[in-house]
Amino acid sequence: MPVYRSIRDLDWPLLIVTLALCTLGILQIYSATLATKWQDAWWKQILWVVTGLAMMWVAAALDYHVLLTQVGYLYLAAMGVLAATTFAGSKVFGSTRWIKVAGFTLQTSEFVKIVLILVVARYLTEAKSSGSLTWKDLAKLAALVGVPMLLVMKQPDLGTALTYLPILICGVLMAGLRWKYLAIVATVLVVTLPIGYHFLKPYQKDRLVSFVYPDRDPKGTGFQVIQSRIAVGNGGMWGRGAKESSQTHLGFLPVPHTDFIFSSFAEEHGFVGIVIALVLYFLLIMQVVQNAQTSTDKAGLYICMGVAALLLFHVLVNVGMVVGRMPITGIPLPLMSSGGSSTWSIFLMLGLVNGVRLRRFVN
Amino acid sequence: MPLLERERKQHEGLLSLRPPRDDPKEAAGKIAVFQYLTVAVFVFLVSGFWQLQVQNPEVYSEAAERNRIKSIPLLAPRGKILDRDGRVIVDNKASYSLLLNRDQIRWEHLPAIASALQLDYGDLSSLIRRAGSRPQIIIKDQLTRDDIAWIESHQDASTYPEMQLIKSWRRQYPRDGFAAHVTGFVGEISEAELESPQYIDYHQGDIIGKDGIERQYDKTLRGVDGQQRVLVDNMGRERQMENTQDAVPGKDLHTALDLDLQAVAELSLAGKSGSVVAINPQNGEVLAMVSAPSFDANKFTGRISHTDWNEIASDPRKPLLNRSIQAQLAPGSTFKPIMAIAGLESGVIDDETIFHCPGGASFYGHYFACHLKRGHGDISLHRAIAQSCDVFFYNVGNRLGIDRIAHYADLAGIGRKTGIDLPNETQGTMPSTKWKMRLSRQKWYAGETISVAIGQGAVTVSPIQLVSALGGLGVGGRWYQPHLVEGGAPVLLRKADFNPDNLQQVISGMYGVVNEWGTGHAAQLPDIKVCGKTGTAQVASSDKTKGAKVRSALANNAWFVGFAPMEKPEIAVVALFENGEESYNAVPIVRDVLKAYFDKKARLTSGHLLETELRRVQSLELLSSIAAFSPRGLIE
Repeated sequence: MPVYRSIRDLDWPLLIVTLALCTLGILQIYSATLATKWQDAWWKQILWVVTGLAMMWVAAALDYHVLLTQVGYLYLAAMGVLAATTFAGSKVFGSTRWIKVAGFTLQTSEFVKIVLILVVARYLTEAKSSGSLTWKDLAKLAALVGVPMLLVMKQPDLGTALTYLPILICGVLMAGLRWKYLAIVATVLVVTLPIGYHFLKPYQKDRLVSFVYPDRDPKGTGFQVIQSRIAVGNGGMWGRGAKESSQTHLGFLPVPHTDFIFSSFAEEHGFVGIVIALVLYFLLIMQVVQNAQTSTDKAGLYICMGVAALLLFHVLVNVGMVVGRMPITGIPLPLMSSGGSSTWSIFLMLGLVNGVRLRRFVN
Repeated sequence: MPLLERERKQHEGLLSLRPPRDDPKEAAGKIAVFQYLTVAVFVFLVSGFWQLQVQNPEVYSEAAERNRIKSIPLLAPRGKILDRDGRVIVDNKASYSLLLNRDQIRWEHLPAIASALQLDYGDLSSLIRRAGSRPQIIIKDQLTRDDIAWIESHQDASTYPEMQLIKSWRRQYPRDGFAAHVTGFVGEISEAELESPQYIDYHQGDIIGKDGIERQYDKTLRGVDGQQRVLVDNMGRERQMENTQDAVPGKDLHTALDLDLQAVAELSLAGKSGSVVAINPQNGEVLAMVSAPSFDANKFTGRISHTDWNEIASDPRKPLLNRSIQAQLAPGSTFKPIMAIAGLESGVIDDETIFHCPGGASFYGHYFACHLKRGHGDISLHRAIAQSCDVFFYNVGNRLGIDRIAHYADLAGIGRKTGIDLPNETQGTMPSTKWKMRLSRQKWYAGETISVAIGQGAVTVSPIQLVSALGGLGVGGRWYQPHLVEGGAPVLLRKADFNPDNLQQVISGMYGVVNEWGTGHAAQLPDIKVCGKTGTAQVASSDKTKGAKVRSALANNAWFVGFAPMEKPEIAVVALFENGEESYNAVPIVRDVLKAYFDKKARLTSGHLLETELRRVQSLELLSSIAAFSPRGLIE
């Protein structure tokens, strides 16, 4: 297949928005970790971003059609690694999410997202050719996504496990589902969720309770919710200025460079700052969606929409948690939160999106 | 469709197969839905920030400030109470107190804190509950060295972070109850006080003056607490000092008291029950004021313990009563100078009026005895005052009638509060026809006037009233408001327009009391013309005491009021010796104080004032230093 690909054909608007967000992230990591034990996190993050860019290029260079043909092996391999992590990974903060590979500590569940996007895209492309999705299709898709979810929940890492859901839901909705099915699925979910609550770990229940009633135990579980809202409110319209934020720098804000980086950002740069950042995220997602729209085939569309749904979910849950409108789940903010696995996996996904774009005229 | 079947099977086996091509355009509508959803999500998020950052950022910036700023109260020291020479009577001693930060208090910590600091857990928890929403609650003052060591090793974030050690001031009163009734004492504001309008600016937990000068001048003495603001991190570790608002110390109070005189008065009343008050009748300054028995004001400065309070408050000898301003006792014969001026001014007697005293006289069918059973014979005013002839004054009283007596007594301040700057002064009683009508709806009987004429019956006075009344006569019929704290011009309460000759007769009679073989000759001082009047006042009517075996509680009270020098009195002293039996027992008390006054004055005016002399009573490790110079030492 003779294909002409060059850097010129990459999605430059997407790339610019991506790098802008990464820059905000690195600056904020620098400011938030100044004089703490994480104070070298900012240059590590630069390292992640630079290597992430390379990965993105590689992912874009690969033909996603070829990837999709190999997705079965990818899926099996991913499950193997995930299982290995869950049962033999290194334990940090009471959960085993990480394995060490060549000196890097990787959170494997982050990379599983990519595989799931591909698996869902592959399955839907094939199933959809026979019309609407059947119950059987739904069951199989649920199983394909459910297995890694259960493994990740076992680590335990409910937040990351939940990020797999939007890939599935978005894919199914894009493929088209009968209203009747939709209604039934929705009903079943509404009925089973309260039952599922009883299977949550105590700390997860606490988090849900403190989301609803943050003032019940202000020094305990509600602490993070309250402190994050205080940090955000303390920022006001214009922010306290970089390095001037008391909530961030006196340690009241939990993990201000990872999960709560947006609280710290909101405290230092105020409402104006967060509007700029959120506009960038909005542009990022819209640009990914635009690539879905211009895709020449369904597979490309599913991949792009899977990525868009995942990004939207991450932003909704993380930023929603920061303003106290979502329970604390501990998932990172894409591109801004410090962390290699998350950054790399986002760049790989954006690479896939670029790959779809590069091949839009090729058919 | 066999092809599809095969594909499915392959898929289930997760085998690879090139996906079929199809047209993605059919999903355009769904993508549009996704885009709307995205817009909705971002609007939802931005509105969250809008609510927190734009609508009410103050709430959160204040919350952030509460997070990071720990404010440590800087307690203002109360003003010192000084004597007229600037010597310290009431001082402050630096100490440490423990407070608990309300928002960090964990109830499960309290039993441990209470037991480590020897506090009663019940007291502590009720203290904290009573504190309401006050952010910081002082739970123990005057921490011991052990307390401080324990607190310092247990106030870290992992044990009891609610504890905060602060510097405080302990009020230090003279030892052994010296001047305790004058100084009063401080204590924590009570619920009742908090509700009264007088304490509108005060807060729960405030230390306020409870009695005496401490109470009267609380607003002057108390300072304004400051606070130090410290930046803390999430573990409560102090990072840096923020702006500090310094405490404004309370103002020192200069009193008119003379510690030397006070010391002499204290000692001369030692072991007795009664009162000594010395004033300057020319301006109302109170030079010394003692009430015995006394109490140790230092015991009241604590915050929680009430055992000492109960012990003192339930003492039958009533040590808390400031007899100087609160006793209400018959003045006895000390009332006679007032009778004399009333008689002369009304014209019912003059310097030639003579009554015969056979040792008693009958009025309105009752026999009234003179204290001298053999009688004074024919007696005129001068000798009647000097030798305190009762029969003479029965007759004067009989001629005057109760309302004229009441008029002059009222002028002298009997039955009126003097308005001294101390709380809870009593009014005393000066009977009159109106008074009786108001009190019991009964007519005044002329026979009742006879007892009043010698300061018995319904007349009651406090020592401060009596010394003010007679001192005012001594300075020519001018009565100044007695005051402890210096400042401002003396307040002239009343001025009488007496005939100077009449006044001179009364004063010369009082001179005779001391200097002409009168009843108060023990008050004589060389080269100083001392005037005075004795009084032996019955506690109950003599009929009751006659047969009584237990006399002590019902024994007569001994009074003596003296002033000097005769021409222009600058000091007037009253001594009340409760159950002192005979008036001559009160005379030496007054004499000691007068002598101390004039000795000191002589030394001051002769230029031989030694600094060391004044400093003897300087530090109020008091009675020990007073013991070092016995009053005799000062006087002889």
